Amino acid sequence: MRVNTEKQKLIVIGNGMVGHHFLEQLANHQKSTSFEISIFCAEPRPAYDRVHLSEYFSGLSTEDLAMGKTEQYQQWGFELLLNDRVEEIDRKNKMVSAASGITRSYDQLILATGSYPFVPPIPGHQHERCFVYRTIEDLDAIRSAAVNAKTGVVVGGGLLGLEAANALKTLGLEAHVVEFAPGLMATQLDDGGSTLLRNKIEDLGVQVHTSTATELIEEVDGRLCMQFKGDRKLITDMIVFSAGIRPQDSLAKSSGLQTGERGGIVIDSSCRTSDPDIFAIGECALYENQIFGLVAPGYSMARTAVAQLVGEEENFTGADMSTKLKLLGVQVGSIGDAHGRSDGAAAITFVDEQSGIYKRMITDSTGKQLLGAVMVGDTSEYDSLLQYHLNNIELPEHPEQLILPAAEGATPTLGAAALPATATVCSCHNVSKGQIVDVIAGGCHSLAEVKEVTKASTGCGGCTALLKDIVDDELAALGMEVNNHLCAHFPFSRQELFHIIQVEEIKTFAGLLERHGNGHGCEVCKPTVASILASLWNEHILEQSHVGLQDTNDTFMANMQKNGSYSVVPRIPGGEITPEKLIVIGEVAKRYNLYTKITGGQRIDLFGARLEQLPEIWSELIDAGFETGHAYGKSLRTVKSCVGSTWCRFGVQDSVSMALLVENRYKGLRSPHKIKMAVSGCTRECAEAQSKDVGVIATEKGWNLFVCGNGGMRPRHADLFATDLDSETLIRYIDRFLMFYVRTADKLQRTSVWLENLDGGLDYLREVIIDDKLDICVELEAQMKRVVNTYQCEWKTAVNDPEKLKRFRQFVNSDQSDEKIIFVKERGQPRPATVEEIVETAESA
Amino acid sequence: MSLAALQQSNTNSIAITHPQWLPICQRSDLVNNSGVCALWGDTSVYPTEMFSRANKIIEQRSIALFFLPDQEQQLYAVDNWDPIAQAGVIARGIIAEMEGELTVASPLYKHHFRLSDGVCMEDSNIRLATYPLALYEDKVYIGCNKIQ
Repeated sequence: MRVNTEKQKLIVIGNGMVGHHFLEQLANHQKSTSFEISIFCAEPRPAYDRVHLSEYFSGLSTEDLAMGKTEQYQQWGFELLLNDRVEEIDRKNKMVSAASGITRSYDQLILATGSYPFVPPIPGHQHERCFVYRTIEDLDAIRSAAVNAKTGVVVGGGLLGLEAANALKTLGLEAHVVEFAPGLMATQLDDGGSTLLRNKIEDLGVQVHTSTATELIEEVDGRLCMQFKGDRKLITDMIVFSAGIRPQDSLAKSSGLQTGERGGIVIDSSCRTSDPDIFAIGECALYENQIFGLVAPGYSMARTAVAQLVGEEENFTGADMSTKLKLLGVQVGSIGDAHGRSDGAAAITFVDEQSGIYKRMITDSTGKQLLGAVMVGDTSEYDSLLQYHLNNIELPEHPEQLILPAAEGATPTLGAAALPATATVCSCHNVSKGQIVDVIAGGCHSLAEVKEVTKASTGCGGCTALLKDIVDDELAALGMEVNNHLCAHFPFSRQELFHIIQVEEIKTFAGLLERHGNGHGCEVCKPTVASILASLWNEHILEQSHVGLQDTNDTFMANMQKNGSYSVVPRIPGGEITPEKLIVIGEVAKRYNLYTKITGGQRIDLFGARLEQLPEIWSELIDAGFETGHAYGKSLRTVKSCVGSTWCRFGVQDSVSMALLVENRYKGLRSPHKIKMAVSGCTRECAEAQSKDVGVIATEKGWNLFVCGNGGMRPRHADLFATDLDSETLIRYIDRFLMFYVRTADKLQRTSVWLENLDGGLDYLREVIIDDKLDICVELEAQMKRVVNTYQCEWKTAVNDPEKLKRFRQFVNSDQSDEKIIFVKERGQPRPATVEEIVETAESA
Repeated sequence: MSLAALQQSNTNSIAITHPQWLPICQRSDLVNNSGVCALWGDTSVYPTEMFSRANKIIEQRSIALFFLPDQEQQLYAVDNWDPIAQAGVIARGIIAEMEGELTVASPLYKHHFRLSDGVCMEDSNIRLATYPLALYEDKVYIGCNKIQ
């Protein structure tokens, strides 16, 4: 037997989402080191998220969409050849050659060439204002053409076509959809669903022309004229073709690999083509005469190919093509045999024309198995119906209950416990219920941990609610109390306590404890209740009834450092400061021998103040016009900003003024955890707003609002919440968002984790904040107004109140300082002495 | 002031058990349901004669005084020095009930020390010294065995 120590040469052609997933899976496999990998990519940039491509128009950058990062590939030791199209595969000599002239030999080859948009051969389709919708370059071209356009037409009324129509609408165009077939989304929807979708889309201002065949496109007076069959015409400024995709199989064809009659590289269940050393995965592959134009089956093929390469047993045996998505704001879902074409299929239909909801389920002849379903307008039952379908779970006695509007408590829901261990919960990352159960048994006891470890529901997020049910159910089954009580002293969650305190207008901890708690309280409930009281009634935190509740930082309105001294952070709104004020900070620091450091939030932190020095230091700062920076509180910290259009040649809005407005509005707001914000003056995003709880980024038309990001231990990119807002709407949304967070978050829960645990996620948050689904926005705004109107600089109040100042004595019976606090110098500034240094000092004394 | 009066007042049951009581601060220096820090053994505060018989055997100590006006025992005193955090910060902790016991949660690393005997709830090998306190009229007194 020959021992082969040489590495296997592997070439991957194509770097789309599936190609990238393949590489990621391989890189994370322990056998990845036995391969030498080269990747050819015809596009100028590595893989990006095409599923969310349309969001490129609503504010996401190419950076946001990026999946494959060049540095990542370098780290993995892969060779990535960008902007280079492979032109020939020499199967005899096992070589590929690319347009640039580069050649590489291979032992195994992966074709992940994807697909290309089909453009019907209508005369005139090559006109420079005709586009397709596939790559970032396509979108760039559409965006520049839209600048001088009024009207845009999308040819194709399928899933992607409607996405494209939405994009045109976002760009401010009057949008039309032209579809050859009699209905929209003909593949996924039946007639009833399709009709309802059409009505809804037309209500949104998109004009739909079905059963319409385009015969000619010609330029007339500088505009485009579309000539339809039957002598109808439509004048437009640009056309986007989105009439389906075709597998990119030309390279396979020219190298003699077997392809399908209507295109597609033929593969078997191991994802091998007719040449056993060549695999094909993703949209270019044809399995059992079917092309899989969704990302989940493509990922599944990628995993199969990796398994085959490293000698593991895994096969691709087709995939479920069910989908759930939101098109132009309309929820649409399609499961299995949506058209009811199976033998003996029977349908149950529910139509609510008033609310615009259409639901139809297809069962087998016995009514026990779910074969398919269509949902338009409301997809809330999608998850459970999909599980019934995929796992052949027997339907309940009255299956119609599953799609009927819930009568009070009557809906039979599919409990997480009923799912078999093999049930796929997250199809994006192929996570089964069994895997989730295992990680919970292995010690992950929160939704966030389970998400982090399994990656479940981090793809499209469609399974979030189901995942939460499974986690809750499993924790309960393990005998763990799923208990959100604040602590032993209050049998309520923070949210419930907030409600109680608000409704009963409770003003003190003692009052709350007497009515709703037990015992004496602890370091968990006291600061939490203090924070709720402050959010609601905004009394000074050092009032007699509140002072014993505060964490030390709030009590002394400064941040305790390791040796018991404090740091002081004056507010510098938006990071803007006059030279005079800078000098004052310097003078104060010098006078009190404080260590100074610039913070990440564009302020200056003064360290090493002794407790008894705090009032004097603050008197001086207040005299110079400073206010407290709340660096010690669970409250608004800073609003970071760039200089914006005032100075910067790229800036499109005055980001500093906006940052000042925002910071001065929300300063002093006490919240479940600290809140950080930023405002950037253009999409270059120098203020790093997308890493903040609230991020604002200027656009040509106004402001984009991002929410729920954070840095720190578990960084999270903020989500784009709303686009092109005027200043007034922006502030209104932030008011509502913050108050909703303050009301409903758990103790010490940052906005990021809060959102991850929020049922319905970002969509739900938008419904609450933008659509006012819960009918609470007036109240949220009023509550915020109250906080804004009752703002006081806590330090200013304190330095003018001798009773409050009494608290700032090191010793109540002596003027001495704490001798145990000792500083030494380093780099010209003081720092706390180490234990060894303290011992030395004591000995020499 | 009259020590006899203090001992008989029974303001605090511990009072009678200690032969020597020294004033440490004013009642108004205390903060309800919270802590303050006092220096004990500071000769600038107490007249020297108070310490003459003890020959200054008492070194200066920072002591954390807690005042719980609604409890049966209203006053507690423990060392202010947190031996885990290596800083004098105990008086600035939150009074926390833990497993039915009254404790103070140290502000730096949140260890709990039982107010009654100073034992650390997370590690019973660690213990803060405790001191008897008594309230009489407008003053707080600390009980001392060493000064007879």
